[in-house]
Amino acid sequence: MINKELLTIVETIQIAKETIKMRLQGSEKIKHAKPGQFVHIKVGNEGSHMLRRPISIADVNQDQQIVTIIFKVIGSGTDHLSKCHVGDVIDGLIPCGTSYPIEQITMDKALLIGGGIGVPPLYYLAKQIKEQGVEVTSILGFQSSEHVFYQSEFAELGKCHIVTNDGTHGFQGFVTDVIDQLDPTFDYYFSCGPTPMLKAVSSKLQDRNGYISIEQRMGCGIGACYACVVPTNDGSNGFKKICKDGPVFEANEVVL
Amino acid sequence: MTLQINLPGLVLKNPIMPASGCFGFGREYSDVFDLNQLGAIIIKAATKQSRYGNQTPRVAETSSGMLNAIGLQNPGVEAIINQELPFLSDYDVPIIANVAGSSVEEYVEVTKALTRTTTVKAIELNISCPNVKQGGIQFGTDPELAAEVTSKVKAVSHVPVYVKLSPNTSNIVAMAKAVEAAGADGLSMINTLTGMQINLSSRKPILANKTGGLSGPAIKPIAIRMVYEVRQHVSIPIIGMGGIMNAEDVLEFLLAGANAVAIGTANFHNPFVCPEIIQALPGVLEQYGFRSVEDAIGKGHEHGVTNFSRA
Ligand SMILES: Cc1cc2nc3c(=O)[nH]c(=O)nc-3n(C[C@H](O)[C@H](O)[C@H](O)COP(=O)(O)OP(=O)(O)OC[C@H]3O[C@@H](n4cnc5c(N)ncnc54)[C@H](O)[C@@H]3O)c2cc1C
Ligand SMILES: Cc1cc2nc3c(=O)[nH]c(=O)nc-3n(C[C@H](O)[C@H](O)[C@H](O)COP(=O)(O)O)c2cc1C
Ligand code: FES
Repeated sequence: MINKELLTIVETIQIAKETIKMRLQGSEKIKHAKPGQFVHIKVGNEGSHMLRRPISIADVNQDQQIVTIIFKVIGSGTDHLSKCHVGDVIDGLIPCGTSYPIEQITMDKALLIGGGIGVPPLYYLAKQIKEQGVEVTSILGFQSSEHVFYQSEFAELGKCHIVTNDGTHGFQGFVTDVIDQLDPTFDYYFSCGPTPMLKAVSSKLQDRNGYISIEQRMGCGIGACYACVVPTNDGSNGFKKICKDGPVFEANEVVL
Repeated sequence: MTLQINLPGLVLKNPIMPASGCFGFGREYSDVFDLNQLGAIIIKAATKQSRYGNQTPRVAETSSGMLNAIGLQNPGVEAIINQELPFLSDYDVPIIANVAGSSVEEYVEVTKALTRTTTVKAIELNISCPNVKQGGIQFGTDPELAAEVTSKVKAVSHVPVYVKLSPNTSNIVAMAKAVEAAGADGLSMINTLTGMQINLSSRKPILANKTGGLSGPAIKPIAIRMVYEVRQHVSIPIIGMGGIMNAEDVLEFLLAGANAVAIGTANFHNPFVCPEIIQALPGVLEQYGFRSVEDAIGKGHEHGVTNFSRA
C-alpha cells in the first residue's frame, strides 16, 4: 500500500558539493520503508513541476518515524527541494517500489558498489545487513573529492573504499577498477548508480549473485503509466516497470 | 446535490473518470483509493497484438504539463480481456475501453473482441493513430478517414462509441461533424498535442521518440476552446479533458459544453486527485450557483453562438 505522507523537514544540510541530506518526519506508516525503496516527492506545484521526483530512502529511524534522503542538485526540481527549510512540509508517496530482498537470501559477506547518487540507498541496506551479521565491504565512486559523502558512516559498518574519477580522493578511476585491484570476497553484491556504471559492474560480475537498482524518468511512480519500463533479459520481449517491479532487480534480469 | 449524469450507455455516479493511459487498467490505483468512487474508468489503449511501445525516456516535464511518448504499450486485446477486465468487473464502475489501431480493420477487430465482454460499457475510439495503409496519415486529422473508421466500428459494436478527437488539426469542428454524421454516440476530447523538448547539454531531444504528446494545464485553454466550439456544432455528448487539476477546472469544461470529464496527467501529480475532485465538486457547483452537474452543462454559451475566426 502506497501512502501519501505529509513529511516535515526536521533537518536539511549540505554534506558535499551540490549534495543535500534531508531528514523527514512522517506518520507511523513510514517505519516500514525498506532499503531500496524510494519516496516519490512532489516539489513546487503543478505549474512549476508537474511530475514528482523519485529519491531513494537512505535511512530510516523507526522510533522517531524519520526517513533520510540524500540528493544531488541536478536540475530545477532538486534545486527547489534544496531550498526548502526545516519545518516545511513536503508531500511524498512512500514507500514506492521493491526493496533488496535481504530477508530471502542468506550470505556471510556482501559487496556494496555505489556511484554518486546511487550511494544513498546502499547505506540503509548496509545498516540492515550488518545487523543481520553480514560482513559488509563497500566501494563508493564519486566524481572528485568534493563530491564524497558518507565515507565515515559506511566505514563504521565495514571496509569502505572510496574511488574518484580524478583521483582527488582514494583510488583513481572507476568502481570496477577497484574491484579488479582488491578482488574482494563476497556472496552477493548490491549496486546502485548511473546506468553505465551498472552495466560495467554487472558485466564484470556476470557469474556472481547480485542485485542492482536502476533509474529512469518516471510519471506516476506506482506502475500505471508505463513511462519507466525496462526490457527483460529472457528474450521474451517482456518488460518490467522500474517504479513497481523495481527499482531493485536481480543483476541479469533486465537489459541495461 | 446529485452529481449523477447519464450518457449513452453509461450511468455515471459523477462526471469524473480517469483518462486513458493515465490510470493503467485500474489495478495500481486500487491500492491508492476505492475505485468505486469513480464515475467511470477509461482504460489504457488496446491494440490487436501486444506492443512494447517506444524506447525510454518516455516522459519529460514541461511548464504546466508534460510530454509523453509511451507508444501504446499494451499486452494486446485478448490479454486485456483475460487478465485485466476480470479484476475491473468486480467494481461497480462502468468501464470504457480505449481502442487504437493502425488500420480500419484493426480498430474493428479490437472493438469486436472487447464488446464480447460484459465489462466494457462503451468504446473510446482513439483516432490519434497513424494509418499505416495510407502512408501514416492520422485517422484523427482526416475527416473522411475518421468517418470511415467510426462507421465501421459502430457497425460491429453493441455498446456506444465515443470518438476521441485529436487536437492536432486545424479544423476540429469538421472532424467532430464528420464522426457525428458517421454515427458516433459521443465525443471525447482532447487527446495530446504533439510537442518536443531538447536538452541543451546533449543537444538531443529528451524523449527517445523525439516527439511526444503534450498534456496537463498547458493545454487546457485549447481544450476548452475546442469543446466550446464543437458544442456549438454537434449535438452528441462530449467527455471533456485536457489539463484538469481541480473541481473548478471541471466546472469550466461543463460550462464549455462537456457532459462529463476525464482526468489524465493530474493523477501523476496527485494520485488522489479523482476522489478529491469528486468531493470538492458539489461545493464548487454550489458556489457558482448550480444545483447539479446537469444544470451547469453548456452554461458558458448563454451569450449566443460565437463565430470563430479561421486564420
Ligand atoms: C528509483 C530512483 C531513486 C533515485 N534516488 C536518488 C537519490 O537517492 N538521490 C538523488 O540525488 N537522486 C536520485 N534519483 C535521481 C533523481 O530522481 C533525479 O536526479 C531527479 O529527479 C532530478 O530532478 P530535477 O528536477 O532536479 O532534474 P531535471 O533534469 O530538471 O528533471 C526533469 C525531469 O527529469 C527527471 N529526471 C532527471 N534525471 C533523472 C534521473 N537520473 N532519474 C530519474 N528521473 C530523472 C525528473 O524527475 C523530472 O521529471 C533517483 C531516481 C530513481 C528513478
Ligand atoms: C502518459 C500518458 C499516456 C496516454 N495514453 C493514452 C492512450 O493510450 N490513449 C488515449 O486515447 N489517450 C492517451 N493519453 C491522453 C490522455 O488520455 C488525455 O487525452 C490527455 O492527456 C489530456 O488530458 P490531461 O491533460 O488531463 O492529461 C495519454 C496521456 C498521457 C499523459
Ligand atoms: S512511472 Fe508510471 S509506470 Fe513507472
